[in-house]
Amino acid sequence: MTRLHVQLAAMVAMLCLAAAPFLLPPFTITLMNYIGVYSLVAIGLALLTGVGGIVSFGQAAFVGIAAYATAWVSALNGQSPWVGLLLALTLTCSIATLLGLATLRLQGHFLSLSTVAWGLAIGFLFGNVEGLGRFNGIASIPPISFGSYALVSSAQVYFLIWGIVAAVLWIGYNLLDSRLGRAMRALRGGNTLVESLGISAFRIKLLIFVIAAFLAALSGWLYAHMSRFISPGPFDAGMGIEYLMMSMVGGAGSLLGGVVGAAIVTLLKNSVQDYLPLIAKGASGQLEIVAFSALFILFLQWARQGIVPFVGRYLPKLRRDRPQPAPALPRRAQPAPGELLLKVDGAERRFGGLVAVNNVSFDVRSGEILAVIGPNGAGKSTMFNCLTGALRVNKGDIVFAGRSITREAQSRIAKAGIARTFQHVKLRPRMSLLENVMLGTYARTRTGLLASALRLNRREEASAQFEALRQLERVGLGDKPFDIAGNLPLGNQRILEIARALAADPALLVLDEPAAGLRRQEKLRLAELLRSLRNDHLTILIVEHDMEFVMSLVDRIVVLDFGSKLCEGDPAAIRNDERVQEAYLGGVA
Amino acid sequence: MTSDIAAILAIDGIATGAVYALVAIGTVLIFTVTRVIFIPFGDIAAFTALTLAALDAKRFPGTGTLVLVLACLATLVEIISLLRTNEPRLVPRALLLYLALPCAIVGAAWIVTRMDPPLAVRLVLALMLITPIAPLLDRIVFRPIADGTVLLLLTVSVALHFALVGLGLLFFGPEGVRTEPLTSLSTEIAGILISGQTMLIVIAALVFSGLLYLFFDFTLVGKSLRATAVNRTGSRLMGIRPARAGTIAYLLGSLMAGVSGILIAPVNTVFYDSGFLIGLKAFVGAIVGGLTSYPGAAIGAVGVGILESFASFESSALKDVIVFSLLIPILIWRSLSSLHSEEEIEE
Amino acid sequence: MSPMFAMTDVTVCYDHVEAVRNVSLSVEEGQIVTVIGPNGAGKTTLLMAAIGLLASRGRISFQGSEIGRMSVENRVERRLCLVPEKRELFSDMTVADNLLLGSYSLRDRSGVRQALDEVYDRFPRLRERQRQTAGTLSGGERQMLALGRALMAKPKLLMLDEPSLGLAPLIVREIFRTIASLRDLGVSILLVEQNARAALETADYGYVLETGEIVQSGPAKDLIHDPRLITAYLGGH
Repeated sequence: MTRLHVQLAAMVAMLCLAAAPFLLPPFTITLMNYIGVYSLVAIGLALLTGVGGIVSFGQAAFVGIAAYATAWVSALNGQSPWVGLLLALTLTCSIATLLGLATLRLQGHFLSLSTVAWGLAIGFLFGNVEGLGRFNGIASIPPISFGSYALVSSAQVYFLIWGIVAAVLWIGYNLLDSRLGRAMRALRGGNTLVESLGISAFRIKLLIFVIAAFLAALSGWLYAHMSRFISPGPFDAGMGIEYLMMSMVGGAGSLLGGVVGAAIVTLLKNSVQDYLPLIAKGASGQLEIVAFSALFILFLQWARQGIVPFVGRYLPKLRRDRPQPAPALPRRAQPAPGELLLKVDGAERRFGGLVAVNNVSFDVRSGEILAVIGPNGAGKSTMFNCLTGALRVNKGDIVFAGRSITREAQSRIAKAGIARTFQHVKLRPRMSLLENVMLGTYARTRTGLLASALRLNRREEASAQFEALRQLERVGLGDKPFDIAGNLPLGNQRILEIARALAADPALLVLDEPAAGLRRQEKLRLAELLRSLRNDHLTILIVEHDMEFVMSLVDRIVVLDFGSKLCEGDPAAIRNDERVQEAYLGGVA
Repeated sequence: MTSDIAAILAIDGIATGAVYALVAIGTVLIFTVTRVIFIPFGDIAAFTALTLAALDAKRFPGTGTLVLVLACLATLVEIISLLRTNEPRLVPRALLLYLALPCAIVGAAWIVTRMDPPLAVRLVLALMLITPIAPLLDRIVFRPIADGTVLLLLTVSVALHFALVGLGLLFFGPEGVRTEPLTSLSTEIAGILISGQTMLIVIAALVFSGLLYLFFDFTLVGKSLRATAVNRTGSRLMGIRPARAGTIAYLLGSLMAGVSGILIAPVNTVFYDSGFLIGLKAFVGAIVGGLTSYPGAAIGAVGVGILESFASFESSALKDVIVFSLLIPILIWRSLSSLHSEEEIEE
Repeated sequence: MSPMFAMTDVTVCYDHVEAVRNVSLSVEEGQIVTVIGPNGAGKTTLLMAAIGLLASRGRISFQGSEIGRMSVENRVERRLCLVPEKRELFSDMTVADNLLLGSYSLRDRSGVRQALDEVYDRFPRLRERQRQTAGTLSGGERQMLALGRALMAKPKLLMLDEPSLGLAPLIVREIFRTIASLRDLGVSILLVEQNARAALETADYGYVLETGEIVQSGPAKDLIHDPRLITAYLGGH
């Protein structure tokens, strides 16, 4: 399957959608309108929850804010629905920005709980504010009109709704295929991964959150002018769950899944309303929600992936062409060989009463490979985390390329030129090798939101792709750039992480236990790769447990034991040092 | 606002808060043992009130049917899972635990109801009928995904709440109930009249929290529950079954929620869907304690009660808005003050 | 007679990687058997599979019955116990409660008091600290508590994962002395260690695990003089 096939399929789908009002009865078209309106929210959630990993129960509140805003403007104040659209979008996005600023630093379930909280609070507000019709809602909302042509019937508003849905899908897929989109897709790998690529995780989360709110606002505006009447009901917590359900049923990570999910849930609900009265007379209202929740729970128990990814597995793979040569991305000025690059001065880190790193000092000079070794529990990982900004030292100073990074955020340290790998490999297992490496180029590229959405980023993308391919070739993984990263054996996954780090054009490469879990053959290959990188004048700091691995590879070694620096020197001196043997080999005898 | 009114509001708030506290403690219990944020405890509380009201009216409550339906489902799920793991020898035990036991409880309750029992017996009956619901739901809904993320469990929990609201309407009908007060005594402290019911609520909350404390500190089963909460892997290595610990936690939590339902029924009119707000407010309280501390949860819940009491005096329409808006700063505070390792989100 | 504990062709997948491949090993009644190997060789994975925390392919037998499909709790009830690398103590609970919970799997509660006294006699430090919470203990005391807690279950086979990890040499010596003394009580031990020298000096039989596979095995007193092992793990000499 090629890109052309996909475009053809999209075209056919568009034609079918466009023909629908002429072929189908008005009731079906009304139903499809609702599907389209719900789809927008579900697409937003697919981005927020599926791609970004932020589970929001509160999207219905955003829909409500927009719907009430436009209803207030048009029905109560007699303005045009277009003024309503403006207010709906600005108001919703402003509120979302404020809520996002306040809550998006929350972790895991705390964040989701906060969406429950504001979802409920805003939901209660609609029915209780004077001037918004309380529980009776707002009636006689005017239809949307283009000049004097008003979209009154369901067939008329149909084209607007599905036009918007199609545009949103196009923009959404463009966005996901850009540097910002890749950053969003990396969010699920955890903050440490995202920050290590020079990306501010918080800003990406905020962006994705506001985009989802924007889509919910669009939906709310369409809803208000389509149904011409609003009341608090459709924006309460229950509806928030329903939206979540739509995106999960469709396939949480898939934008198209949002549309499919909205369709399935809406149709299912419709048929439940039709058939339940036949099964249980007089109890349909109650059973509807029961049946619905039960189906949702069953779904979550048995098919968490959703429908679109499930179907996608049976479709032929999209064939892609190898990236072509393109202009190089900008490079940073590398320090002169032998220059002092990193200085750790009296670093100390405590956890409660435990001193994990105790007054450790060492230097790294440009162009050398330095290893920090020590037995398990010696404080190596803590030292590493302090260097990369994942932890802060309690005392001491860390200076990189003449600038103190002691208090810098992880992403700023990464941008300054320290690229790292992880002891427990952090790749995006469902992204291709090429895309994983392209993540590394984030800080070297600059296309913004609008250009990404409108696909104006092709030149820079081509450069980033070519750069990523170049780094893959450099580490020896260049032959199958479109394979899925999760399918690589562990050894190659580590090497892929190195390629990703190299794509950031670092001044210092920091490797966290790169040899752990590797087979002998893989270790040899890794050592060879690191040597070739040194020949390219790259500076490397290795934190490692495996003494054999570092002995033949590095220029100098710093040995830690019980949090303190035991000694420092070239491999031969370290090998013969009595204290090192005692510490390392556990001198029980 | 005069000081008299403030005092009355405060007392009112403490009483409401004590009710929330019982539910909040149950929520913390379940969360620490099973990682499930069990939103439906509020529904359990409301269902208890509705059950008691039905018993008062000499009707057999819908709870009985609900328990029977859930027992059949749970038995089915359990037997299927036993057959899958190739352990058919455990089927009789499953039938006994998941089918015979709940049926026996419902049967006993049905017989006793016929005999026009006194209030004390009706209270026990209501609690007996309500306690199997949460453990059965655990077996049906949560056990198959026990290894899922907190978020998945939360999503399921929220969906489950909606299912229960529907079932509530089906089994109890749309009418609200208000049961007769458990006591008509009242007393005056510092010039302010305090009803016996208020006193009873606070005392009951204290007594049941105290009993729970004793259970945790002085019994091996209680300790095994704490162990599961502190360290799941560690407790499994001791041979403590997380599923069993979960069942006990659900039983205890239901009991606490049931008691709170009984206490609130004479004070507020309870509808089939009243549980949601009770559950959520208890939950706000539980979050004050970071979802892990019992005293923290109790204090938080009482705080919510007092806040609500004052908020409803200022603006009864917006009191819920105020309570839930407050949750956001609390969450931020909790998130900042709790050091937890980053959890990668499930693919 | 068949060995009391045997793993036959056991393969364990962890994080989509075969962390342990076709490993076979056995422990005879009353023996100390050690598995040594570098970081990341799959030693911990192997023990996790043995206790049932990780699913595995292949056969695991214990005292004549196949336990490979059993739950962790069932294995513990058969008195197969693991002291994991991370100790997994109940940090908010007291030392006494931790020990008491060690006996949770015992049906017969009559000997619990006595077992507790025995543990306290073996580790007097724990008696001193019985009212303290486990989280406040030092590294060495934690390891003692973890060992003591496992002993409360009266194990037939005790599996120890890196008992010397992160401990000062003096305490390491004490822990290994304790391990040796347990054999005299009739407890069989499967010991996983990075500290190869100490492990081989204590054990009767040893296996060398590298990248998930057993590459060498033999009586511990032979392995300790094996030239290849000396360069790879034992260092010096």
